[in-house]
Amino acid sequence: MSTPQELAHSQPPLLYPPYKSTIPRAPAEPMIQVPRSFADLAAPLFGHIPIGGTDNNLTRQHPGEPLGERIVVAGRVADEDGRAVPDTLVELWQCNAAGRYFHARDDHPAPLDPNFGGTGRTLTDANGIYRFVTIKPGAYPWRNHHNAWRPAHIHFSLFGTSFQSRLVTQMYFPNDPLFPYDPILLSVPDEAARQRLVSQFDLALTEPEWALGYRFDIVLRGRHSTPFEGRV
Amino acid sequence: MTRDVGRPVATPSQTVGPFFHFALTANAALGTLAKDGVRGERIGLRIRVLDRDGPVPDAMVEIYHADAEGQYGQAHFDGFGRLPTDGDGTCVFETIRPGAVSTRADGAQAPHVNVCLFARGLLRHVYTRIYFSGDAALDEDPLIALVPPGRRSTLLASQPSGEPAVWEFTIRLQGEGETVFFAL
Repeated sequence: MSTPQELAHSQPPLLYPPYKSTIPRAPAEPMIQVPRSFADLAAPLFGHIPIGGTDNNLTRQHPGEPLGERIVVAGRVADEDGRAVPDTLVELWQCNAAGRYFHARDDHPAPLDPNFGGTGRTLTDANGIYRFVTIKPGAYPWRNHHNAWRPAHIHFSLFGTSFQSRLVTQMYFPNDPLFPYDPILLSVPDEAARQRLVSQFDLALTEPEWALGYRFDIVLRGRHSTPFEGRV
Repeated sequence: MTRDVGRPVATPSQTVGPFFHFALTANAALGTLAKDGVRGERIGLRIRVLDRDGPVPDAMVEIYHADAEGQYGQAHFDGFGRLPTDGDGTCVFETIRPGAVSTRADGAQAPHVNVCLFARGLLRHVYTRIYFSGDAALDEDPLIALVPPGRRSTLLASQPSGEPAVWEFTIRLQGEGETVFFAL
């Protein structure tokens, strides 16, 4: 398990005023620390979320091919001991190449792509590896402050092996000029921790004549080498 | 393959944002935990999410709880649900009343529902628990015992009059009566 000091550096605070929506929503009272034995409840099984077909290929979910730059996004999911987390659900979602989400409340005046929904799911394999084919998302404006633009990103949701390991995060792309202006990324206090949210171009994942590859490794909270600690 | 050479450190959380619905909550069946064949007392669990200014219409609520016998992850009942809040900040799960969980070294826990809450403006999700008002086991619950007495009532669901099968729980993110949140 992470120490509180490590967590304080690697995780964003609840209140980060430059991201305005945190101001009315961040809890202000101190949290109650849960003893370890309660925190490692086994995660849900998700037998009822069917996965298959084109769920991990966002370019094959509609009759035609989506517009934009086709990419491979893949990586390894591990715990804080470095052990692979196999067979865990990875969900992702994103806007299209023009910066528009397939969402009723996204009113950014950029075109929707009838061939791109922007959502996928898969399970990690026995080595903790996941892989998606998708389209590189565009930057888009938001109203947090004057001339605010989100750097291109893909949202990720993972469960891991315990309630403690639940993670929702965002993956960014290397060398995005919007990084210094994005309060959501900057909410993570530590530069090294922020860098862990930035995928890396990876020639080994790149497919010749087909798609660039980006690697995004994910570390979930928790150490699972003694999974039965605290249980009777 | 791995670029971090030292001890792995957890990947930072980032907000779920406002535009998750088409991906994470498109499957409305995730609001029904009490499927055919699930044993236990059917209840509607109505959860309302408020921030300092009022209802939170763009939250995602995940719940996870034991079956009627207090067991997790049983074949007949996986115990997981996920719903978005509506314009009034509300979502309703169709589930069963969980049993007391007694498999822990720390002693029996009163019947409860684990809650993970995600929303625009929450840079990381917050975790709380729903207990049931009037349950005889509340006084013995080892986690409630960690909560200052004056704040314990924020963890209690209650039954609205005239709706015998409904339990209602309000999550107040900030302000008067702020809900107790737990750090895992």
